[in-house]
Amino acid sequence: MSILNPAIECMSREEMTKLQSQRLQSAVKHEYDNVPFYRKRMDEAGVKPEHILGIEDLHLLPFTVKDDLREGFPLGLLAVPKEQIVRIQGSSGTLGNPILVGYTAGDIEIWTEMVARALTALGCRKDSIVQVAYGYGLFTGGLGLHQAASRLEAMVIPMSSGNTQRQLIMMRELGTTVLCCTPSYAAFLGETARDMGILSQLKLKSGCFGGEPWSEKMRQNLEGLLNIDARDIYGLSEIAGPGVSFECEEKNGLHINEDHVIAEIIDPESGEKLPYGASGELVMTTITKTGQPMIRYRTRDICTLDNQSCSCGRTTIRMGRLTGRTDDMLIIRGVNVFPGQIESVLAGVSEVAPHYLLVADREASVDKLEVRVELTEDMFSDTVGQIQSISNTIASQIKSVVGIQADVKIVPPRSLPRSEGKTKRVLDNRRV
Amino acid sequence: MFISQISIFLENVRGSLRNMTELLGEKGINLLAISIADTSGFGIVRVIVNSNEIERTLKILQEAGYIAKPNRVICVRVPHKPMGLAKVLACLDEASISVEYSYSFYKSNFNDACIIIRPSDLERSVNVLQSAGISMVSQHEVDAF
Repeated sequence: MSILNPAIECMSREEMTKLQSQRLQSAVKHEYDNVPFYRKRMDEAGVKPEHILGIEDLHLLPFTVKDDLREGFPLGLLAVPKEQIVRIQGSSGTLGNPILVGYTAGDIEIWTEMVARALTALGCRKDSIVQVAYGYGLFTGGLGLHQAASRLEAMVIPMSSGNTQRQLIMMRELGTTVLCCTPSYAAFLGETARDMGILSQLKLKSGCFGGEPWSEKMRQNLEGLLNIDARDIYGLSEIAGPGVSFECEEKNGLHINEDHVIAEIIDPESGEKLPYGASGELVMTTITKTGQPMIRYRTRDICTLDNQSCSCGRTTIRMGRLTGRTDDMLIIRGVNVFPGQIESVLAGVSEVAPHYLLVADREASVDKLEVRVELTEDMFSDTVGQIQSISNTIASQIKSVVGIQADVKIVPPRSLPRSEGKTKRVLDNRRV
Repeated sequence: MFISQISIFLENVRGSLRNMTELLGEKGINLLAISIADTSGFGIVRVIVNSNEIERTLKILQEAGYIAKPNRVICVRVPHKPMGLAKVLACLDEASISVEYSYSFYKSNFNDACIIIRPSDLERSVNVLQSAGISMVSQHEVDAF
């Protein structure tokens, strides 16, 4: 397998540290001078750009969180005049304002390079046929992969998500070699192809799967089903989009594009930086982005960082698979589900908001969400019909608020687990 | 003409009915009638107890963490022969009253069968049945069991 930019991807640690330090220093100065939000935050923290001499000073900088972006809606954190922005991407924003991200032409270039490294690592070349089945639009998946595959001069099939039969016909007729989509959609495509009896006619070689957490077991299933090399890709629109990190052929962690972002792991409670190998919240700082740069952005994703050398030849540090979310956000079939959304639905069906638990599971490779709701006094009557109609109401409201079908299960009072302090609202059985 | 009933929510798992009936039994509550509506996830148990014991039964159940509520039903006496119940139901149907659920109640000193009915319209069903000459079992008769 090849490496797109060995000068960077295989750089020595000293060189990388030096590069990151230089870039961080000038990025922080640029942000302090151009973004009132960052200037205010740094002033409050008593940090001046001149205090940041290298990456060892990163911890002096204040964190940025999702709410900062939401409060700055639409584009409160821009570091350049709006005329320099050439693209808007963003997240769905099912809870409150959406998160919007403005990119300069240079930011798009950087993002494209990051994804191109990921695609190169999984064998994508000029003669590859790349089917992009991530959604196109504000969501970064579709365009992110599209741009990078185009950069590599591969043949791109911009299918976007959905329309499974048609995806498979194109895949067969055009001889798609690289499939880009969420892992759960890849599994669905594979199962449908098997049912249609066309699996053996597909020419897939590799898959670039991201947008939701997935497990080693899922990888084995996908690789066996589709006869491919299945690779994980990670990213978030706040930082760039997909391609912030990606797997090499060793499939032992995702290489972070450290020349563009600095990754840290912190204790989500104390904010203290944790050593390599420790599990905590991933925090990312952009050092080359100019449109909407991020200083110590808290991703809320829980993982580890590994600085051991990798046999692929890359020297960049790797992040482990995501093992959770600090905010209990669940990603079901690519849709973000927050406990707060479910809570708002439940508050409408009973005087006393019932206790609940969200249980995510994967059955036949499809994500399922079960919402267990403890029965309250006023939800109950002597007829089965009434309880069923309440659970139907809850399900249809979840569908309209969150956008996904959930199985609602009414359970007896006090039957769900209670914990000291923060109540557990989420049980994710998909993770290994 | 109404009978008091207690409805209890139970999870549809092994042993839950036993636990609930043992709880009441140990406190000396005698169940005069019982019916269970079950779904794959949960069940609703409806019981008839002596009206003097309703408050105590509810308290025992609620203190043990059950959700239990009292409500009213009617109990009709129907002759023990073909079409006995069908005639009662025809009266209700013709008055556009539907039956939410129904179960039978054994009363040894009656020759007739006793059927508990939860009609969609409680008040009106009593009038309809009374004017059709169908006799109903009173709470007093239930208590005298």
